[in-house]
Order: sequence, then structure tokens, then C-alpha cells
Amino acid sequence: MTVFTGSDLTCLRGERLVFGDLSFSANTGDAVMLRGRNGAGKSSLLRLMAGLMAPRHGTIRWQGDDIANDKIAHRARLHYLGHQDAIKPVLTVRDNLRLWAELRGISDIDAEIDQALRAFDIHHLGKTAGRYLSSGQKRRTALARILLGQSDLWLLDEPTVGLDRESCAELARLIAEFRAKGGIVIYSTHVDLDIAAPIILDLDPFAIPMMEWLIEHDDEDANQHLSLDMDQGRTTEAAI
Amino acid sequence: MNAFVAILRRDLRLALRQGADSVMVVAFFIVTTTLFPFGVGPEANILARIASGVIWVSALLAAMLSLERVFQTDYEDGTLELLTLSPAPLELLVLGKVCAHWLTTGLPLIIAAPVMAVMLNMDQDGFGTLMIAMLIGTPALSLIGAIGAALILGARRGGVLVSLLVLPLYIPVLIFGAGAVEAALLGISAQAQLQIMGAILLLSLAAAPFATAHAIRQAVE
Repeated sequence: MTVFTGSDLTCLRGERLVFGDLSFSANTGDAVMLRGRNGAGKSSLLRLMAGLMAPRHGTIRWQGDDIANDKIAHRARLHYLGHQDAIKPVLTVRDNLRLWAELRGISDIDAEIDQALRAFDIHHLGKTAGRYLSSGQKRRTALARILLGQSDLWLLDEPTVGLDRESCAELARLIAEFRAKGGIVIYSTHVDLDIAAPIILDLDPFAIPMMEWLIEHDDEDANQHLSLDMDQGRTTEAAI
Repeated sequence: MNAFVAILRRDLRLALRQGADSVMVVAFFIVTTTLFPFGVGPEANILARIASGVIWVSALLAAMLSLERVFQTDYEDGTLELLTLSPAPLELLVLGKVCAHWLTTGLPLIIAAPVMAVMLNMDQDGFGTLMIAMLIGTPALSLIGAIGAALILGARRGGVLVSLLVLPLYIPVLIFGAGAVEAALLGISAQAQLQIMGAILLLSLAAAPFATAHAIRQAVE
């Protein structure tokens, strides 16, 4: 049985249709790589999967249950890494991570943070304030957050931005480890991350024009648009 | 509950490291109050007559000054997005942040208020009631203000917008806050006014976290 699936997803950002009729599925231990040109909706899809946005149409399911039905349970199982690192300049690396550990209800916070910092080779920066970190170090701190606590799903939006080659290799190793334990990783990247046998999801074919989608789904909006078009047609004819 | 303590502790630590915000709010409160004797003249009786109103209006403006930053920095650096994704209920996190806001801005105002009352020649009988009224009123200001602070996320010129949204909602607190002090100065019991302020506080405590959390979810979408 597939664990994490989405069917007929349509994403609307403002007035723009980002993608339509997109489906995906992932099993335990899978890695899904999102591909597509700029603006194809890689970030939007990851935000839909995280539950930050609701799809205009379609459902996302975890083991058969719609994620919108139990958002708290879904949030507890996932880690999301966005474009921003969410690091407070006046707090130390450790204090920055501590909040996320506490919010996850982790019991042995210090040990978990130590482990996460070691994994990304930033243990020596534990007491450094956020404002003294380089952009790569900030990214590594943000990545250390996804190692805190139990999780089954990692949603990583361009995780390699600002990382050096060693850190990328380290990230690839941690992803492999996470998958071996049954975790699902969904990520977008422009750099080659050394990940074994990813499922590639190309978003470009799902970019469809707004009008086409509306007609297909027979929305009220579409009927309105159509009748408007017809009216206009008639008036032009009349003018002629 | 752990989540509430976690966010409260982090916000207090942030406020402690940055410091400037609370100091600025109190300084603004003192400066605004000080302007009135210059404006209306040094006549002791007039100052005593307007003291409670002046202190309340200045406190309202000072509390509002710090509202813009309650969620703005978290919104800009992506923290708010992650907070909405945390397994803890967002309403509880909002309450933690509001509590931190009150401790760093409301509480210093309560301490500064009697000093300003002395300067404005307010009768001593009003001091106790003034502090009790502020103790009930300022948490309500933080709670109501949080809704406005969350609604302006992502908007340009947020500071001006937040004052337009929030100040009208502050009017009941102003009326009954100043009324309570007036009553005490006249030697009447201020119980009725204080009870109504308590009701305002309870109502905002029940409603504001939900309204604020909803506005935040809209903003990060």
C-alpha cells in the first residue's frame, strides 16, 4: 500500500493556476525529486504536501486518510525546510534549535541537539549567535532542525542552497539513512544530490492554461467566462 | 502547555537580548505624557482633572507602538511558517507570544504609570485603582492588538494600518479604564468599571487567540 499520495491536485496562487491534475505517490523509503522550470510549482507542491496551503482541487492522503482531516497528526510526522532558515540573529545556534525541539515535545533535548549538530559538523558553533554565522552555516543549522525528533516525512525545498560539497554529501548520507528507516523524502534541487534511485516527478507537463482547466472542471466561474465570451461574440456580430 | 512555555521563554529571551523594544515603549509613554503639561499649561487643577485620561491614552498609544513587531520579524525570517507547521496548536503559541508581549510592554507601563500620575498631580486616592485597572486592561490591549498585528502581515505600511485597525477596538478599555480612576478620585467604588474591564479581558482571552491564529494561517499560505 502506498503511504503518501496526492490525486488530481490543482494549485492556485492568487489568480494564477500553477499546476493542475497532478498526482503523486510515495512508499516508505522512497525519495521523490521534484523537477521543473522556475515557477513550475515545486515550492507550491511542497507547501501543499506540508498542509501550509490547501489545494484548490484534489486531495493528499497519508495511509488513506486525507491530511486535512487530522492536521496535528500530519504536522507531527513531517519536517519541512523552506527557502528561509528561520534563524534568530540574537540567539545561539543551540537556542535556535531548542525551540523546535521543545515544540516537538522531545524529552532529552540536549542530547538530540548535540546529535543533530554533530551530524552537520556544526557542533563547535553551538554557542555562536545566529548573526555571526555564514549563509552555509545557517543552512546547516536549519537542516539540523529536521533531525530533531521522530518523523516519517521530509519535505525539503532546495536544501542544498548555500551548502558546500562536503555538506551536500553529508545531507545525501543522512537522507539515505532516513530512507533506510522507512522515511519518505520529497525534495527539489538544482544541484546533483547523490541520492539512490529517486522517483522523478516532472512538474512541467502539469502546467495547463487557466481557461482549459476551468472548462474541464465545469466550474461556475468557467460558465460565467464562457457566457461572457458568447455575449461578446454576439455583440461583435451585431456590430458587423 | 509545554509549547506555551517554550515560545514564551524564547520570546522573553529575544526581548532580553534585543532590549530596545521595551525601553522604547516606556520612553514613548513617558514622553507623550510629559507633552500634556506643556500643551495645557502648568495649572495643577487642570492637570489633576485630565491625569487619568492622559495616562490611559498614552498607554494605549505606547502599547500600540510595539504591536507591529509582534509577528513581523517571525514572519519575515520564516519562523512563523514553521510555527504553524509545529504539532502544537497555533492558538496556544499565539497566547504564549501575547503573554511575552504583555510582560515586556504592558508590565513596564504599569510600573511607570504611578510616576506619571505624580507628575500630573493626580490625587493619591486614584493610584491604587489606576494600577489595578491597568493590570486588567493592558493584557486585553495585548490580546486585541495581536489580532491587528497578525492581520497586517505582508502588508506595506503595516504600522499605520495596525493603528487604524486596533485603536477603535481599544476604546472600551479606555472608557472604563479612565472611568475607574475617575470614580476612585470621586470617592465612589470603582468596582463596576473594573468588573466590565475584567469581562473585556476574558472575552478577548477567549476570542483573540483564535482570530489571531486564523489571520496568521492566511498570511503564511
